[in-house]
Amino acid sequence: MSLTRIIVEKAGPLTTIQERGRTGYMRFGVPHSGPIDRLAFAAANAGIGNKEGAALIEVSLGGISLVCAEGSVGFCVCGGDFTAEVEGSPLGSWATGILHAGMRLRIKEGALGNWAYLAFGGDLLAPSWLGSRATHLLAGLGGGRVGTGREIIVEAAPLPKEAHALPKPELRPIEDAMIVMGPQDRYFPETARSAVTGSPFTASAKFDRMGRVMEGQPLVPERLDIASEPAVRGSLQIDGEGRLTILLADHQTIGGYPKIATVVGSDVDRIAQLPTGAALRFHPVPVEEATARWRNHAEAARRYLADAATGWRPFGERLMASNLIDGVVDASR
Amino acid sequence: MTQFIFRAVGEAALLVDLGDAIDADLSECVVAIDAALRAAPPPGLRETVPAATSLLILFDPEASEMRTVEAFVREAVGNAVNASREAAEHVIPVCYEGEHAPDMEQLARRTGLSAQAIAKHHAEGDYRVLMYGFAPGFAYLGGVPEPLAVPRKAAAVRDHKVGSVMIAAGQCIVMPLPMPTGWWVIGRTAIQILRPEADDPFLFKPGDRIRFERIGSDELERQLAR
Repeated sequence: MSLTRIIVEKAGPLTTIQERGRTGYMRFGVPHSGPIDRLAFAAANAGIGNKEGAALIEVSLGGISLVCAEGSVGFCVCGGDFTAEVEGSPLGSWATGILHAGMRLRIKEGALGNWAYLAFGGDLLAPSWLGSRATHLLAGLGGGRVGTGREIIVEAAPLPKEAHALPKPELRPIEDAMIVMGPQDRYFPETARSAVTGSPFTASAKFDRMGRVMEGQPLVPERLDIASEPAVRGSLQIDGEGRLTILLADHQTIGGYPKIATVVGSDVDRIAQLPTGAALRFHPVPVEEATARWRNHAEAARRYLADAATGWRPFGERLMASNLIDGVVDASR
Repeated sequence: MTQFIFRAVGEAALLVDLGDAIDADLSECVVAIDAALRAAPPPGLRETVPAATSLLILFDPEASEMRTVEAFVREAVGNAVNASREAAEHVIPVCYEGEHAPDMEQLARRTGLSAQAIAKHHAEGDYRVLMYGFAPGFAYLGGVPEPLAVPRKAAAVRDHKVGSVMIAAGQCIVMPLPMPTGWWVIGRTAIQILRPEADDPFLFKPGDRIRFERIGSDELERQLAR
């Protein structure tokens, strides 16, 4: 291991260090935090050979520009249509590359996605809080904000032999999201309950790590003087004006606004990645279907990540890995 | 027998709803069910979140499912009486004077009470940690005496000092982080509810009892300097 020093020249306003989130502290007002797009986050780590859930940089709209000041390091960029270029030569999206001292890496947003993930091969050193380097932006705790002038130190792993592209998961903007009604739909008139699934919503430009406002028909609750109840990532919270917000990784753990429904876990991150102006419809499903959907999603994600992880290994290792996944050797291939 | 309703929160969480009334008995019930459930956790349990009138249970939907978790909660409700613990008690010294109580004058006009009376009422209350919420370390304390029941201000005021003692909507908060709020600041303490660097950074646990003790500004300055 050698220390590599990277200086941030410029970064989008919501750029932070993220690691696998922290669980167990919601009872103290601390949400999980961690990446907004969990699959792209995992792919970036898998693509450069990091352990699952390792700390990296979550890049927001506006992109990021960094210069390697000392040492060398491999990296992987994943998420939406964000593209990377090293010293002005494009690497494309969902790709790995190598930085040596003096080289500049730029990541730019594309037509798709609001969040991208930049993983360096090795261990990104940053402050940890309650067992995770994930940043809770409102409190400023964890790995912290990544802004102009910040120095990023990485205990760099051996460099990959060459840059390459990763397989990409489904990136098409989500048009239909599944929801489980409740837990506080009883505070809404029937018209509002049917409107949440009957009319389309538009992904707004009002979003941060706490949530995203979805524009649509106002869903005004019958009463607002309700007892505050805990919320989760994916809660559809309605404010006094009837405005709908989907809660994301840094959400308030308890909210006084009623939550009309909860988005199925497999659809939440794709809503956060929707381009501003994209249309979305919500469809109610029973809990059993929501569970089945999450299980299918988790299984497919594991298969995809195993595939993304084999990319940079030498050919022999890659063959081994694919045999382990499939369980059998197909001699005809 | 405790009355409750199960409400699914997506596929990975279950809300146990115990009613609407925010009072000490219901809160005690939530804390007892929480303790019993954590003593006999369902498979795949991620964490539990006690609130004033409900308990949220987060679980891994690959390791468990709603019906399984519901069965464990029913069991926990049965065991909750035995699990109810002796609540810890904390004494928080507060200075209710001058610059440490920036909203005192306005609140006095609003309630028709003198600043002295407001401080006296507040310090005599018997408080209980109903829940944490909003942001790390925001512990909502129930038990603000009736004469001090005021709604929040119309608009939030920026960046109150850490340790500001604030009331609104029948509850009290000791400010853990510098943040804007619409609560009325009537005092200040040197005690920190959130100590980010500590191994156990949160001073209170849900269900703990809190008492406030009046101190003068000299004593507060001494404690702040420590």
